[in-house]
Amino acid sequence: MKIHEYQAKQILMEYGIPVPRGSVASTPDEARAAAEALQGKTVVKAQIHAGGRGKGGGIKPAASPDEACNAARAILGMQLVTHQTGPEGKKVRKVLVEEASAVRKELYLSLVVDRSRGKECVVFMASEAGGMDIEQVAETAPEKIVKCAIHPAVGFSPFQARKLSAALGLNAEQQKLFAEIVRNLYRLFLEKDCSLLEINPLAITEDGRLLALDTKINFDDDGLYRHPEIRELRDPDEEEPLEVAARDAAVNYIKLDGNVGCMVNGAGLAMTTMDMIKMAGGEPANFLDVGGGASPERIEQAFRILTSDTNVKCILVNIFGGVLRCDRVSAGLIQAAKNIEMRLPMVVRLQGTNVEEGRRMLQESGLRFMVADGLYEAAEKAVSLTK
Amino acid sequence: MAILLDEKSRVVVQGITGSEGSFHTRESVKLGTKVVAGVTPGKGGTALDGIPVYDCVRDAVERQQANVSGIYIPAAFAADAILEAIEAEIDLIVCMTEGIPVAEMIKVKQALKGSGTRLIGPNCPGITTPGTGKVGFMPNFIHKQGNVGVVSRSGTLTYEMIWQLTGLGIGQSTSVGIGGDPIVGCGFIDILEWFEEDPLTEVIVMIGEIGGTAEEEAAEFIRGQVTKPVVSFIAGQTAPPGRRMGHAGAIISGGKGTAEEKFKALERAGVLVEKNPAEIGRRVQEILITEKN
Repeated sequence: MKIHEYQAKQILMEYGIPVPRGSVASTPDEARAAAEALQGKTVVKAQIHAGGRGKGGGIKPAASPDEACNAARAILGMQLVTHQTGPEGKKVRKVLVEEASAVRKELYLSLVVDRSRGKECVVFMASEAGGMDIEQVAETAPEKIVKCAIHPAVGFSPFQARKLSAALGLNAEQQKLFAEIVRNLYRLFLEKDCSLLEINPLAITEDGRLLALDTKINFDDDGLYRHPEIRELRDPDEEEPLEVAARDAAVNYIKLDGNVGCMVNGAGLAMTTMDMIKMAGGEPANFLDVGGGASPERIEQAFRILTSDTNVKCILVNIFGGVLRCDRVSAGLIQAAKNIEMRLPMVVRLQGTNVEEGRRMLQESGLRFMVADGLYEAAEKAVSLTK
Repeated sequence: MAILLDEKSRVVVQGITGSEGSFHTRESVKLGTKVVAGVTPGKGGTALDGIPVYDCVRDAVERQQANVSGIYIPAAFAADAILEAIEAEIDLIVCMTEGIPVAEMIKVKQALKGSGTRLIGPNCPGITTPGTGKVGFMPNFIHKQGNVGVVSRSGTLTYEMIWQLTGLGIGQSTSVGIGGDPIVGCGFIDILEWFEEDPLTEVIVMIGEIGGTAEEEAAEFIRGQVTKPVVSFIAGQTAPPGRRMGHAGAIISGGKGTAEEKFKALERAGVLVEKNPAEIGRRVQEILITEKN
């Protein structure tokens, strides 16, 4: 799960990590009031779940409250396009108004999980090349990135902060501040079940302080059950509406750009079904895993989501019945197709337990089901229906 | 022979009285699995179809000599259940649970180090050795006894592959689902190593998916240490970057973990890569025919 910069900075503050003073605004007047309260120069920053906002015009400096108000007016409501948003961009609904900081140097600091075999642990990454896209740094100047793995049983030790700060070229005073930040970040990462915690840039200010100028925190979805306070930070405006509906229905759905809607049981088989559609010359409209014990209600919900996507020209259902019997799936499909008055053509491929009975039920239902036997044959039939 | 599950396996089911635990216990018994005990805290002293239920795993080990554990326990309690089984010195743990936080799995991996326990999963369909038994969700009817070892990161896609083989009259030595989470117990490399050593296994089918570098690491291992033919498919060629495709581990991040990279790494290692999963069974058939001649 992703959150906004202003939310992430509040969490950093709770953990004693220094961030610029600021507050969030959803109207130009609120932005003006925020700038007045801060006094002095400010920065107005668009709040969307994507990086690269500055280049897209989503971050503006302001010398006065009036300028902050004007900047907010320009940014709020805009479709902000960055390298992470796609060409359609993302609508800006909130801005963060922050005190401007005089920066001497920009550093990079992050925490990630290393999932590679035998090394499973949390790793710090730091670089002198702050303020840049770290993936670019990794490609062009990998020697500028230092890594430090934290032993899961031993935990964080001060020498690790010294090792990182030496590589960053910090002086004695800064090293003390840095060690404190690093220790607190590790605690935050574990306590809140983060999957990514990035401070970029971590600024050294003209007056010698360390300050988290921008930050990004992602959370492990599987850890959310024990963090109600994090779940509350979810912003449905940042998500695809159909994906929000799918999550409420406990259906695993990701919207894509094609026109063959698919409904599959199991994530691996769902990805494979998408691959087969592509191989057959079509484009999948979505990823959809209805789950292992798909009830008729769940199947109906899944159909509603699929058919709400107006790009969808036909639907491919691919079910491998194990515990979930094919006759039960057919009953669910027929009921759902009747309830939502399905008008789209549909190719159904069933395999596994009670498959004969399942196919017979579909054929006798009087609905427009086209039955397919093989995996590839099903994809070919579905693609042909879109042309 | 086969791998992991054999005639010496004595299974304890953690969460045996739950709806999933009891259903899959009964299914596995039908397939011949020796389920010798169950564990549900607070229900010690009861029984399920004559299988004694204990309060903790240690009791099942001491009284029934259980050496394999199957875990069907909700995500919030599953990591603790794995740790309990490690402490009880179970040889093989198979955890089906989906949704265990990554932070918990980091701890579990630490506890496994230095122990004699092997973990399969979590978030996996389990293991089946046709003719001996199974632990997990795999449907009983798909299997047939034979010489192909199957290893995969997914569930229903694995059933699909096994069913394809069986449909062509090709049996399996053992089928293993290693799980779709970012951090799992045994990986491809472990299973490949055991298939390579297993005299019953002649051909290996490896089904990967996007995310992480497990397939690339496996490719490296195959090049150096696997002499048996390996047929492979990677799911997720059309998956968009940055999105979690159902499985917590199936995500392309920072441009890494794409199906294309994995296919390339496998090809370089001499693996028989098949991009059309509907053809996997036939590819295996070709190999078996060539080897016989």
